[in-house]
Amino acid sequence: MSELASALLELDGVGVRLGGRQVLSDVSFSLGRGEFTGIIGQNGAGKTTLLRVILGLVEPSGGRVLLDGEPLHGKARGRIGYVPQKLVIDPDMPLRARDVVSLGLDGSRLGFSLPSRRRRELVDRTLDGVGAAGYADARVGELSGGEQQRVLIAHALIGRPRLLLLDEPLANLDLRSEQEIVAVLARLSREHQISVLLSAHDMNPLLGVMDRIVYVAGGRAATGSTDEVVTSAGLSRLYGHHVDVVRVHGRVLVVAGE
Amino acid sequence: MHYLFEPGLFSSGPVGTALLVGAVVAVTSGVIGVFTVLRGQSFAGHSLADVATTGGSGAFLVGINQFWGFLAAGIAAAALMEAIGVQRRRGRDVATGVVLGAALGAAALFLYLGTLRTSTTGASFTVLFGSIFVISPDTVPALLAAGLVALLVVAVLARVLLLTAVSPDLARARGVHVRLAGVAYLAALAVSVSLAAVAIGAVLSTALLIGPPATALRVTKSPGRAMAVSALAGLAATWLGIVLAYDSYYWPPHGHGWPVSFFVVVLVLLGYLLSFARPRRRRPPRSPHEEDDCGPAVSGSQTVLGRTHV
Repeated sequence: MSELASALLELDGVGVRLGGRQVLSDVSFSLGRGEFTGIIGQNGAGKTTLLRVILGLVEPSGGRVLLDGEPLHGKARGRIGYVPQKLVIDPDMPLRARDVVSLGLDGSRLGFSLPSRRRRELVDRTLDGVGAAGYADARVGELSGGEQQRVLIAHALIGRPRLLLLDEPLANLDLRSEQEIVAVLARLSREHQISVLLSAHDMNPLLGVMDRIVYVAGGRAATGSTDEVVTSAGLSRLYGHHVDVVRVHGRVLVVAGE
Repeated sequence: MHYLFEPGLFSSGPVGTALLVGAVVAVTSGVIGVFTVLRGQSFAGHSLADVATTGGSGAFLVGINQFWGFLAAGIAAAALMEAIGVQRRRGRDVATGVVLGAALGAAALFLYLGTLRTSTTGASFTVLFGSIFVISPDTVPALLAAGLVALLVVAVLARVLLLTAVSPDLARARGVHVRLAGVAYLAALAVSVSLAAVAIGAVLSTALLIGPPATALRVTKSPGRAMAVSALAGLAATWLGIVLAYDSYYWPPHGHGWPVSFFVVVLVLLGYLLSFARPRRRRPPRSPHEEDDCGPAVSGSQTVLGRTHV
């Protein structure tokens, strides 16, 4: 079987125009089952736009996006779990972590849900799976950034997605929470064969877990293993000017050249 | 109890109507108000109330029931707000200056013309501060139906509105038509404001819409309980307000009852202040050793915190 046939998600020559400006062109990569892929690039490089294309929130101007070999459609959304960059909820809002996770089950459907034992147990189990059981009954607005990320991941997971998309889940986290979130995601992709696709501006926290990197710069993307993609020559081509890639103590720095 | 329930309270037709309409208004405002606060739309509620004043005074001028004026103006304002984007901050500022000023100016004209025609100030007072004791029995079914429709809309949209409050992007990604849900919600809010305007006046309707939910937010953590507490708090304030206003006929100046709105608003405020008496349970600060494996670690950290506090 070819690699493409077994791919869960496939982007083929995707381009995006926003407000008359070509934001991305010719982005191609595929994501296998249970694979961990990082979309890496500086702020404004188009990472969020790329995620929004996969979510079906932005219509690509060219190319195609296939999920399980089929073009994206409404039903496919159920197979994608999405974790937005941040919550917009105030600390005093009456919404507990468990309410947010429960909304992951049926929050997009009309009507209201009554509490039930089955729902409660499922919510508890899901929160437990991401290490958030300790604050299930706390208001989400009062949680720290890392805790909110876990709750949002649980929200995305409770619908049993095949693909988890996360928009900058490590932004504004302290080092410890950053490591913890990466560990949770790596475990999910390994143990439950969930494909993880996340955007980040710093690749270093992800170096140990990424199967593949999608490096976005200058409106284009380079794909492959970190060693293949993150080279002076490769990234200079992408940026359109010279950059140096420096490796220090197992960390990678991309530095603008002369 | 004799001191609270003056003679004739329960046999009076207007009082019975007032209690019934008051209950519908309080429950509708209480439930819808929780979403208003969750969605950060208190300002929209206030704007609708201002515009409802214009509708109510206009309706009085042309001689139709004020509720229809409140409702028509409220729905029109909701549509306009959606069109110019009051939800966005900059749109808000523009809308405040232009639309609300014009609406209240028109209300001033309508009320003035109305006063000239009937040479009483009763109309201004009714529009601005409510008239729950003089609701004509014919309008009661319409008021009940309006309240039920507004509650039904919110019940149907409950999950979608909560998800949107968590993150509009998340809701959109899951296929929710966020804007459509917002419009439907705004319409329900307009109905709710119109009902509150009938009961305690256009100017004060925001008090019932924001006060009880604000109280509920302080004492509850889940949306369902917040709605229940908010509705009950609103109901208590409204019913007690009606009873006290009835009693006030026997207070000085004799034979002139005090306005219901005054009592309701004061009781809403008291309820809010009372919610401060119960110290809010804050989460203990995060333990520095938050483990990946959560269960035992968290209970462990709580023990540590408990010890340090003792």
